[in-house]
Amino acid sequence: MLPVHYYLGLSVILFIIGTLGVLIRRNAIVVFMSIELMLNAANLAFVAYALYWQSMNGQIFVFFIMTVAAAEVAIGLALIVTIFRTKASIDVDQISTLKG
Amino acid sequence: MQLLLFLVLALVAIASALGMLISRNAIYSALFLVLNFATVAVYFLLLNAPFIAVAQVSVYTGAIMVLFLFVIMLLGAERAGSVQAIQWQRPLAIALAVILFLEAGYIIFTQRGVTPLVTTPLPEGFGSPSQVGTSLYTSYLLPFEITSVLLLVAMVGAIILTKGEKK
Repeated sequence: MLPVHYYLGLSVILFIIGTLGVLIRRNAIVVFMSIELMLNAANLAFVAYALYWQSMNGQIFVFFIMTVAAAEVAIGLALIVTIFRTKASIDVDQISTLKG
Repeated sequence: MQLLLFLVLALVAIASALGMLISRNAIYSALFLVLNFATVAVYFLLLNAPFIAVAQVSVYTGAIMVLFLFVIMLLGAERAGSVQAIQWQRPLAIALAVILFLEAGYIIFTQRGVTPLVTTPLPEGFGSPSQVGTSLYTSYLLPFEITSVLLLVAMVGAIILTKGEKK
């Protein structure tokens, strides 16, 4: 088994690329995909530590994270479709509907 | 041998993540993300988690990314938002990401020797689907049931949000 720091380093790199995607991209769908990338990087760290401590709890948590990600994507994409219907745009800079 | 596999896969994973970040077209972003999830699934296999690897391929690259591609093509909005409305946003974001990377790299580098490498052999059937199922149905039964309710709520919510207005 490789040292757990290799997997942690890769997980950090993927997480930061996801953070950059959330901060830079203006397409709401790509922002959502970046959030998925960050969740997946966290999953990688969980599984690496599950093997390291020889405990199943890390893998079980990855299962729950996947479930939450699936629910989040379903709701988020439904919201994006609804916003696109009313505003004809999914640019996050132009979505200020909730502003008073 | 394992190190070589790790490095090649890391190269593919990072390149595909950067491709997702950079590509102008949202469809290419989604396809790059599928490649990234597939390589991470191989990492899960390397880490003795076959159930999680299969769930990764079927849930993430199968269901979630198909949903993404479906919505992108349904809306026809794959090129939206290429113009930056706020000029100073991109350099600030890159600077913040570099700071975050330096902090995380410093922590990992300094903690390198703290946790020793485990060399004891793994217990029999570690990470197998039967062990995941046993753990889910004994110590994690209540969270498992709550996830089923969560998925039901998400499904009903998505249907209510996207169904057409009553005329």
